[in-house]
Amino acid sequence: MAFDLNLLLVGTYHDWLIQGLRLSLGIAGITLVLALPLAMVVALFRLSPVAALRWLGVMFVESIRNVPLLAHMLFWYFGAPELLPDSLKRWLYAGNIEVLSATVALTLYTAAYMAEDIRSGIRGISSGQFEAGRSLGFSFLGTMRLIILPQALRVTIPPLVSQTLNLWKNTSIATIIGVGELMYQAAKVESSAFRSAEAFAFATICYLSVSLILTGLGLFYRHRFPVRSA
Amino acid sequence: MIQFENVNKWYGEYHALVDITETIGKGEVVVVCGPSGSGKSTLIRTINRLEPIQSGTIVVDGKDAHSASLNINQFRAGIGFVFQQFNLFPHLTALENCTLAPKNIRGLNASAARELAIKLLDRVGLSEKADAYPAALSGGQQQRVAIARALAMQPPVLLFDEPTSALDPEMVGEVLMVMRDLASDGMTMVCVTHEMGFAREVADRVLFMDSGRILERATPDDFFNRPQHARAQQFLSDIRTPFR
Amino acid sequence: MIEVIQTYWVYFLIGQFPDGPLGGLTLTIVIAAGGLLLAFPLGFALAIARMSPWPILSWPITGMVYVVRGTPLLMVLFWAYFFLPSITGQKISQFSTMLGALVLFNAAYLSEIFRAGIQALSTGQFEAARSLGLSYFAALRLVVMPQVMRNMLPSLVNQFVSTIKDTSLGYIIGLSEVSFIASQINNLVLTKPTEIYFALALAYFTLCFGLSRIAFWLERRLAQDESRSKMHRPSKPTLLEQP
Ligand SMILES: Nc1ncnc2c1ncn2[C@@H]1O[C@H](COP(=O)(O)OP(=O)(O)O)[C@@H](O)[C@H]1O
Ligand SMILES: [Mg+2]
Repeated sequence: MAFDLNLLLVGTYHDWLIQGLRLSLGIAGITLVLALPLAMVVALFRLSPVAALRWLGVMFVESIRNVPLLAHMLFWYFGAPELLPDSLKRWLYAGNIEVLSATVALTLYTAAYMAEDIRSGIRGISSGQFEAGRSLGFSFLGTMRLIILPQALRVTIPPLVSQTLNLWKNTSIATIIGVGELMYQAAKVESSAFRSAEAFAFATICYLSVSLILTGLGLFYRHRFPVRSA
Repeated sequence: MIQFENVNKWYGEYHALVDITETIGKGEVVVVCGPSGSGKSTLIRTINRLEPIQSGTIVVDGKDAHSASLNINQFRAGIGFVFQQFNLFPHLTALENCTLAPKNIRGLNASAARELAIKLLDRVGLSEKADAYPAALSGGQQQRVAIARALAMQPPVLLFDEPTSALDPEMVGEVLMVMRDLASDGMTMVCVTHEMGFAREVADRVLFMDSGRILERATPDDFFNRPQHARAQQFLSDIRTPFR
Repeated sequence: MIEVIQTYWVYFLIGQFPDGPLGGLTLTIVIAAGGLLLAFPLGFALAIARMSPWPILSWPITGMVYVVRGTPLLMVLFWAYFFLPSITGQKISQFSTMLGALVLFNAAYLSEIFRAGIQALSTGQFEAARSLGLSYFAALRLVVMPQVMRNMLPSLVNQFVSTIKDTSLGYIIGLSEVSFIASQINNLVLTKPTEIYFALALAYFTLCFGLSRIAFWLERRLAQDESRSKMHRPSKPTLLEQP
């Protein structure tokens, strides 16, 4: 069976695959937008002077990172809706509950990793910077926002970019709960047309291109904004 | 301007400040000296509450520094603090270091903050370095920017914690010059320093500390020529040999 | 729920074993351990090849590492499980598919940490070994690698945790590891999805969190050894060390 490039360029299968790519990109984008602020908050919790908040931060990070994303997805798709009242459940099942569960799982999972990157970025900044900020009259959050975070971001952006790359690859796991993203659509083409080579090549190239773009962005950032130290 | 009353501080078991009672007047320049580990940094850091105290009171400009109801950020904005390690913000230029707090805390608009910062950088002799990042400045220049940054909040009090100790010897002079200039302007200053030449010429009073206590308070003339306490005599003879 | 646990805990832990193939949590651990250990030789070879002075060798390997890191593991599983049989005409077992994919991914990852570890270790160690007359590979094997492995131990434990998590993807190709078994149990019980999937998460958590604590403890111990050996190091070279 020769490789049929045309199948990827026009027709139903082409449409399916493009739809999948769109959905994958969409899920990754939304997850990134939701996970970043969540990660920031969790990182601040983990550094907070209040022991209870620190504990909450640790619990969040450890309980999420030590369970595979696949198990998170199974839980949020099969397990969690059962805990909701019937009316809400019916409303959810009427909508796109697959995408919703996948996004929740991905957001929590990504945020847990990003929180740790942000935290170690912040911890890398000397306590003198913090004291200097407080001495000028900035509040804890003001010092964080204007002095610590801008510096921490410099060192944190590269690891955050590689977390985004992981996020992008992780969207593929949403297949297991039936989200029609790229991997799912590729498998669908495989099973309806027995065209695994074409479908998988398309998906692989899509995954790789986005990954390479992200890797490139990370390298560019490191080159453009080298870490400044006094 | 600054009143300590029966101030005690512990680090865990260690009694770092013992029954400190002292008054520093408006416009006074006080030099705090003493051997390493005697509690000088601890003392000066309790004034703007970088360190909490366990008993006693510290009143700065009529405000109780350690009362729970104090607006701590507003309070600190009125006290300039200069660190041994400069602690300039490395992601900001010299100018931006000086405009950050005026813009965000005093609410100055960008052009007013800029004007003020340029004036202050000029005063410490660094107007041509306004757009340089800290990494591109020498230690002496960084410390002068740090002083300008503190001055930008127009505080009535300036605290210095060994501002010249992290500097190469040839850069000490330029920083002391700026401090001298501030003193002659009538600024209230508390300086932890080992620069005895500065203490002799600029200070109104010298406080000598050892093991968390102020053992001696005297004019520079009395302190250097007629030290009373045995520990102070020892301290002076130790540092006098390579007199600067 | 107690009933469910009583009925299914053996199934959850070992699958149909001994009446059928090994499965459940035990299979998860076995396949993760295999996927990591078998990746060592390949990872080592890749690291050496990437550091070699011949671009013919280093470039393709570098390219391969980038490709592996930029592709989801699931994609590789799909290629191996659905595409390969269509050209070879032979179905590969789920176990071999998963193991092969894990070895490939881990080798790419290990090559990175080996390379970093070897480059971080001062050339002094290497030169000292060569001066004693050891060959390039003997110096690597006897002097450099033992130190690299020791320093890498915490990362290796963490990589084991990642690998355990990766094995969950076996679910998709029907490999009877613990996630698949949990969903089988769910299909049999039907009424307790929340509890069953929570129990699955808890099992992973216990295993992975325990291991990551061990990694943390190893890291601390290595740091302590480091500072102790520095303390005992003579501050100045003695006469004996001079050439
Ligand atoms: N954060 C801290 N925790 C415990 N002990 C401290 C801390 N900071 C300072 N100390 C101790 O308090 C004493 C006074 O320190 P410090 O005020 O820094 O001395 P100086 O500035 O005079 O050299 C020293 O013995 C020091 O070890
Ligand atoms: Mg000190």
